[in-house]
Amino acid sequence: MIDGRLRVPEAVRAGEPFEVRVLILHPMENGFRHDAGGREIPMHIVNRVACTYGGHEVFSVDLGTGVSANPYLVFFVRAAQSGELKVEWVDDTGERGSASANVNVA
Amino acid sequence: MKRRHFVVSLLLPFGVRAQGFRSPADPAKWIAEITGGSAPEKTGIEIEMPQIAENGNAVPLHIRVASPMTSGDHVKAIHVFAERNPRPRVATFHLGPDAGRADVTTRVRLGGTQDVTVLAELSGGRWLVAAQNVLVTTGACLDEGSL
Repeated sequence: MIDGRLRVPEAVRAGEPFEVRVLILHPMENGFRHDAGGREIPMHIVNRVACTYGGHEVFSVDLGTGVSANPYLVFFVRAAQSGELKVEWVDDTGERGSASANVNVA
Repeated sequence: MKRRHFVVSLLLPFGVRAQGFRSPADPAKWIAEITGGSAPEKTGIEIEMPQIAENGNAVPLHIRVASPMTSGDHVKAIHVFAERNPRPRVATFHLGPDAGRADVTTRVRLGGTQDVTVLAELSGGRWLVAAQNVLVTTGACLDEGSL
């Protein structure tokens, strides 16, 4: 289970894009570094993050080694009615994590 | 680790050890690969990035693409390319009308001073491109202690 944080506004207006902030706690090892003993540290990265609203995918990202450790993402979503926003992520070992929040559309 | 390996690992920026000094990857080739040959227009993308980054490990990157984001006219994808990184494809964002705004922010690793290229795919088969140069004083590095 890969830990992470999700922030959405407390209330949003129907049809108006609102900001979603995601922080995923992950080393994003690029595979080029060595440990103190000179051994290669294997590549280990979160390679996909997807956001669904009301069960419907609205945004996703394919990440490479060029994304910093503890990936931070800010993007926008537009909603017509209240619903659950869920962000899920998976790394190259298949380990997953997710966070969700209820969005109140006024 | 042999002493000379250690010294080499200290001296060289990341990715170069096995390959000698890298020449940058060619963004034009990368663009052609993704667009299938159509030429992107140099308009409509705003890249917000520091001109000088002291630490290449986490450089803030904010991309905005001018688009109404309607079902008929929206940004489908935003691709980010860093020509001097050992793996130049940094990330691809997939958007649609439900995003409401073609506006994404993240933090990226840069292996050295270089141009960061952003390519946007619009619905309707149009492509946009923009690039920004970033001077990186300490590149994202190989060894422990650099993060």
